[in-house]
Amino acid sequence: MVAVIDVQAGEKAPGRLSQEAIWGLIFLVPYIVLFLTLVIYPVGYGLILGTNPKSYVRLWTDPVFTRTIVNTVVFLGVAVNIKLFLALLLSGFFAHEKRWIRWLSVIFILPWAIPSIPTILSFRWMLNAEWGMLNSLIFRLTLEDGPNWLLDRWSGLGMISLVHIWKYLPFWTLIMLAGRLAIPKDLYESADVDGASPLQKFFYVTFPSMRNLYITCTLLSTIMSLGDFNSIYLLTGGGPADSTQTLATLGIRYAFGMSEVEVGVTTVVVALPVMLPLLVLMLRRMRKGEQP
Amino acid sequence: MSLRKILIEARLMLLGVVIFIWTLIPIYHLFVMSITPRVETFAGALWPSRPTLENYETVVKQGHYYLEHFWQQLWNSAFVAVMVCVITLVIASTATFAISRLRVRGGRLVSNMALATYLIPPAFLAIPMYKVMGVYGLLNTQWSLILTMVTFASPYAIWVLKQYADKLPYELDEAARIDGASPLQIFRLIYLPLMAPSLVAIGTYALLLAWNEYLYAFLLLSADKDITLAVALGHFLTTDDAPFNVLMATGAVYALPPAAIYYVFRRYMVSGLTAGAVKS
Repeated sequence: MVAVIDVQAGEKAPGRLSQEAIWGLIFLVPYIVLFLTLVIYPVGYGLILGTNPKSYVRLWTDPVFTRTIVNTVVFLGVAVNIKLFLALLLSGFFAHEKRWIRWLSVIFILPWAIPSIPTILSFRWMLNAEWGMLNSLIFRLTLEDGPNWLLDRWSGLGMISLVHIWKYLPFWTLIMLAGRLAIPKDLYESADVDGASPLQKFFYVTFPSMRNLYITCTLLSTIMSLGDFNSIYLLTGGGPADSTQTLATLGIRYAFGMSEVEVGVTTVVVALPVMLPLLVLMLRRMRKGEQP
Repeated sequence: MSLRKILIEARLMLLGVVIFIWTLIPIYHLFVMSITPRVETFAGALWPSRPTLENYETVVKQGHYYLEHFWQQLWNSAFVAVMVCVITLVIASTATFAISRLRVRGGRLVSNMALATYLIPPAFLAIPMYKVMGVYGLLNTQWSLILTMVTFASPYAIWVLKQYADKLPYELDEAARIDGASPLQIFRLIYLPLMAPSLVAIGTYALLLAWNEYLYAFLLLSADKDITLAVALGHFLTTDDAPFNVLMATGAVYALPPAAIYYVFRRYMVSGLTAGAVKS
């Protein structure tokens, strides 16, 4: 009854507004508590731990650190771009309305659906130079020993990228597929009427419609891949001789492998000047997409 | 059917075969190694000469040093995953109800903060999170892992749920208010039922995220009886002469529940998560 009277009294009835506001706060409290205790506090803690100038000196004089920066840039540049380009192409494949392609898409999603630990360990064993399945096969076919896939910096990074792409390609293909299916069909129909070739349709219809999505995906995937710990740690462990570390694994190595907690945090703080602009750019894009 | 159509179909088929092989290689390898007898471990064969289930038997009977607490660890993984799922759903659904339906003041700020949190790579927060858990006295308890995973699951959950919540007709709430419903009743009787499909998607997302987590599980837990199966799998790597076939069998057992759950809820997952993940 009270509510009825309030509604009749109009939007600005003080009783109802405050009741709603109080309930709103109550509903918001769990997340705010979580946010303050487990986001703000650790982030602040980390920033403070990362203020010791000695850590910066230690990092700049450690050859492992500079090598890690190069690794991270190479890994992101190679893995993210190949992954997203393949995803764009494959989204065209999966857009075909055929029964067997639909079945294939169910299998194709497996790498993303199952946990990465067993599959990365499977890769690791398969790529073992002495008794892995791949080199056994190479030996049987060519009578020569295969390469040391994981025991060399560049092929190690290559394999890390491969594993990363294997794991995340299905997810990005799904996203691109959703974007592609949202392109109005009549665009393609009028292109057909004009006699456009499949390639022309891709360049003049598909790509312009998906350019924005593609850029968003690149940004988001770069940020997420920067934090890919498993593909490196479980495949090469950052080795041999710390030559395949990236920023995601190096901090952990300093902090827990060498008990240099402040140096570990500093590796992340050093990445902030690159990360923050990416983050802000991404936030803007996601916000814009949200309110149509 | 013209020759050209057949050619196009053949090209699609070829691409399909390549995709099929590429996707299944490591999974096939995992499976083959898990049914390879231990004496053939280092043969590197494409198919074992004598397939066996002995590795699975070892896992189930906890018959190896690395697997002494297998069932306990499987339970730990399940417990952590279910807890993360439930808590994330509670936190995210209440928060989005307040932001989107009650339009609480400051709601926009909170959702912006959540979105920013979503963009922090979890690996970058590992060290401070470890320290903070020490301050809270939660290190080496499963609650540290549960709370951490809730922290990383809820921003995305809030973002996706908010987009769905914004689309619900506001007149529904108004009508309920006129009938005298309290916000709590609106939440329970209108909001939750209407949001059910996206709640299923988010619940599955949180469940799988927690089940699959390796880094935080291995940092925050240490006792053999407390760790999750993910960490136990990682332990196999500490020696060179680890029983890899048993490891692969354990990995297969570990991978099965999330795969099954994913395929059961696939309908919700694909529409729920791709809609939220990226908007062009």
